[in-house]
Amino acid sequence: MSPRGRITRFAGRDPGVSGRVAGFIAHLRENGFHLGVAETDMALHALSVVRAVDPAEARMALKSVCAGTAQDIAAFDELFDSYWMNEGRVRQKAVPSGDGAQARHSRNSREAEGGRSAASGRQHSPEETPDGEAASEGTGKLVASRIQQLMKKDLRDLVSPQDIHAAEVIARRLGAAIRDRRSRRRKAARKGSTIDFRRTIRASIATGGEPVRLAHRNRPDRPVRITVLCDVSGSMLPYARPFLAFVAGLMRADPASDAYLFHTRLVRITEALRDDDPLRALNRITLLADGFGGGSQIGRNLEQFARSYARRFVDGRSVVFILSDGYDSAAPELTGTALARLRRRGCRIVWLNPLKGWDGYEPVARGMAAALPHVDLFAAANTLESLARLEPEMGTL
Amino acid sequence: MQDWKSLQEAFAAKGYVASPDLAMALHIAGSLGRPLLLEGAAGVGKTEVARTLASVLDTELIRLQCYEGLDAAQAIYEWNYQRQLLAIRASAEDGQTGRTVEQRIFSEEFLLERPLLHAIRRPRSPVLLIDEIDRADEEFEAYLLEVLADFQITVPELGTITATSRPHVILTANGTRDLSDALRRRCIYSYVEYPDRQTELEILNRRSPGIEPHLAAQIVGFVQALRKEDLEKVPGVAEMLDFAAAISGLGINDLSDDPETLQATLVTLLKTAADRAAIPAEVAARLVGKAA
Repeated sequence: MSPRGRITRFAGRDPGVSGRVAGFIAHLRENGFHLGVAETDMALHALSVVRAVDPAEARMALKSVCAGTAQDIAAFDELFDSYWMNEGRVRQKAVPSGDGAQARHSRNSREAEGGRSAASGRQHSPEETPDGEAASEGTGKLVASRIQQLMKKDLRDLVSPQDIHAAEVIARRLGAAIRDRRSRRRKAARKGSTIDFRRTIRASIATGGEPVRLAHRNRPDRPVRITVLCDVSGSMLPYARPFLAFVAGLMRADPASDAYLFHTRLVRITEALRDDDPLRALNRITLLADGFGGGSQIGRNLEQFARSYARRFVDGRSVVFILSDGYDSAAPELTGTALARLRRRGCRIVWLNPLKGWDGYEPVARGMAAALPHVDLFAAANTLESLARLEPEMGTL
Repeated sequence: MQDWKSLQEAFAAKGYVASPDLAMALHIAGSLGRPLLLEGAAGVGKTEVARTLASVLDTELIRLQCYEGLDAAQAIYEWNYQRQLLAIRASAEDGQTGRTVEQRIFSEEFLLERPLLHAIRRPRSPVLLIDEIDRADEEFEAYLLEVLADFQITVPELGTITATSRPHVILTANGTRDLSDALRRRCIYSYVEYPDRQTELEILNRRSPGIEPHLAAQIVGFVQALRKEDLEKVPGVAEMLDFAAAISGLGINDLSDDPETLQATLVTLLKTAADRAAIPAEVAARLVGKAA
């Protein structure tokens, strides 16, 4: 591996190697690496066991310490170059003086690096579309206001307390059907298929080695965590009533579940729905779901979910429900990659599509077609009754 | 202190062609005493790294294969219950008191070491391979973190056992599920790719020196071309070596000579019915043409 550009020059006054490495770690962190203080320390140690003056060696050493995933590895070389090799500047032929001048502005190299890394950060994270970020923050101007319909639908018009009550019963039954997932581990239990030797032996000391009382071990049932992503874009409005009732009912039936709404952006509604008064809960959601009934960006929302909330709330014991018709106003390929990413968390994915209930329906919506390979169960649901009928299928998950 | 280049050479001498990235990661993991996490598709030789490291360092390899439901009794230690029962009976006949009996049966003598405990109690640092960590469940991963952090294990009846020697830990994963950030952060990381044509040729030459150069190049080129096809299960390095062994065992001198036999030997490379169907004789012949 030959050096791709000339090596960055640092101001004489900067705090030396440790400062530069700290600056580099900060640079990586800004570009999406998960690194802490311990990594800086580890990086310095790593440099001390190689010939750090050789750029190729330093590159490999830092890569093995700082990268933690295959994506990190792919992004690393470019980030390394932009910090240590200073590619851009070399091409502009303003090498030593321009560079030195920039570093001289600040007393501390870390600040100087911060500025530079922020600049290169833009070019190194193409996946995070700036407008997507803006939309999710709710401060975006252009895209958000173009797509978001600012008519505020009152959810109370859509869902009645009776609905929620009926949905709660169904949600509880569905939850119970999925919940019965047995663990492969064994735990001490009053009854069970195998004997817990450890406790039996211990108890038998008191009876002179005679195992009078047998302790058992069994496979406990592990609770499955249900996460619901409900599409409330314009095309889904006719079905919003059963779906929202279902989500609200689920939240009330199962305290471990988790819920999100999405249209042009993604909103977590778990906290809001936990309100004791179901109607007040809906009211709170109405406030959150500003833009309800607008266009849908399924792929981007799922991608955002997989990158953010899923890392905290979804694991191998989760079932993710997606309630959507699969009509996406953005690129449908995103849906496929987002679901693939989500799947890697080990969860199972259930897609409930209201349109599938129609006779002769084929999943032709391109978003839907892209999603199908990653979905464990694809089923129809457009009324509360049809949700209730899913119970046996849930048991097979 | 070993240099990473000498480590790479030592690996090559044992028949493992390590990329510079991998050799560097191994060197750093060794120097800093950190676990090394290897990720990559199945069949790129992750497990082989540990085996080769053990033979380079001339130490023993302790392997813990992970699976869903793996628990402490299988990974760390277990009491030898049968012996304990006998001991209790015997001491009851001698008229010993409960307390002395208890002390006796919960002593080292009755402890069965499982791989993790075994690894930290060796007189010389062994290589500890924790294979397919992503198959174990999250509880085990969390426990493992604790062990890897301070290399000590607490047995309630016995007290804390500290490591007599720090094992060289290698973890492998192939993406069954995402690993926790905590585990990733604690490890040195290296992503093992399928070898490129030259590296793979070198691997073949080292492993099966008997194959003549023209055929070896053809075999490697064919497998490399095959990996680019849309397959469910992409053939790994071990499959390539099997394929080479099959070809040379059948006395074939040129892959394009006998399409029928070539098709028959594909059983060493293609392991699902769909993949078999995806590569009919014509496609195989075209790939051989590309390889040459």
